[in-house]
Amino acid sequence: MAAPAAEGDAIPGLTVTPDRYLPVRYAGASGDFNPIHVDQEFAKSVGLPGAILHGLYMMGLVSRAATDFADGDPRRLESLSVQFRGMGFPEEEISVTGRVTSADGDRVELDLVATQGDREVIRNSTATVRA
Amino acid sequence: MELETAAVGKSFPPFEYEVGREKIREYAIALGFDDPIYLDPGAAREAGFRNVVAPPMFCVVYSAGAMAPAIFDPEVGMDFARMVHGAQSFDWSEPVCSGDLITTTASCASIEERDGKGFYVFESVSVNGEGAETVRGTWTNIVRGE
Repeated sequence: MAAPAAEGDAIPGLTVTPDRYLPVRYAGASGDFNPIHVDQEFAKSVGLPGAILHGLYMMGLVSRAATDFADGDPRRLESLSVQFRGMGFPEEEISVTGRVTSADGDRVELDLVATQGDREVIRNSTATVRA
Repeated sequence: MELETAAVGKSFPPFEYEVGREKIREYAIALGFDDPIYLDPGAAREAGFRNVVAPPMFCVVYSAGAMAPAIFDPEVGMDFARMVHGAQSFDWSEPVCSGDLITTTASCASIEERDGKGFYVFESVSVNGEGAETVRGTWTNIVRGE
C-alpha cells in the first residue's frame, strides 16, 4: 500500500475470464474432480446449464485480490470469509471488487464481492490484512 | 426437517500432506498467482521464505484429505443431492512452503436447522511439522429441505 488505507477506499480488484478448460485445470490443481465442474453432459443431467466453476476457485480469486492489496505478500492475509451465491461459469468475465471497511495501525478490513455479469457469485466476503 | 445431530463434536482422523514445489506451481498458475515467490525457490528465499511459498488458499489442497471423511461420514448423514457449499472461512498463521508436512484434523462443529435448511458446519485445524498452526478453517454446507 503506497499510502495508508482509509475507510471507504476502493481496492484495485481484478478481472479474470476463465477459459473453457479452467475447471479441468483447477480440478487437477485442487484434487476436486466433482463431475459438475468437469463434465458438461453430467452437469446438464443434474439440471445445471453446463459445467460450473468451483466455488473455492472463485474464493481463490478473491484471495488473490486481497493478497494483491497486501502488496502481494501472502503472510499479510490473516483471514478470509465468504458466502457462495449463484453459480459461476467459464468463458464469462469474473470481476472481484472491494473496499476498505476499517483500518487501524495493525490491520485493514476489506469487504469484497465477486460478480459475473449482474450475478454476485461471492458476497459478504470479508478479509483481514495485516498492516 | 428432522436433523440427526449425533455427529456434533465428532473428530475425524488426522490427515498428513507433504507440500511439493510443483503442486504449488500447478495451483498458483491455475489461480493466476504469477509472483516468483510461488514458483522460484531463489526468489522465495530472497523474500524470506524457506522455499517456494503456497498461496494462502492452497490450504484447500492440503486439507481436502481431512475434510472428505468428515463430509461423507454416514453419521453426519448429509443428503448430497440437496447440498451446496454455502460458506467458507480461513484464518491463517504460519506460511506453508514446499517441503512442509502438514497435518489437518477435521471435526463436526454443529448441525442446525434454519429456515427449513440444514446447516452442517465443520472445522479444520492444520499444523506444520514443528507443530505451528498454519490455518484454521470453517466449512459450511447447506442442505435444502424436501
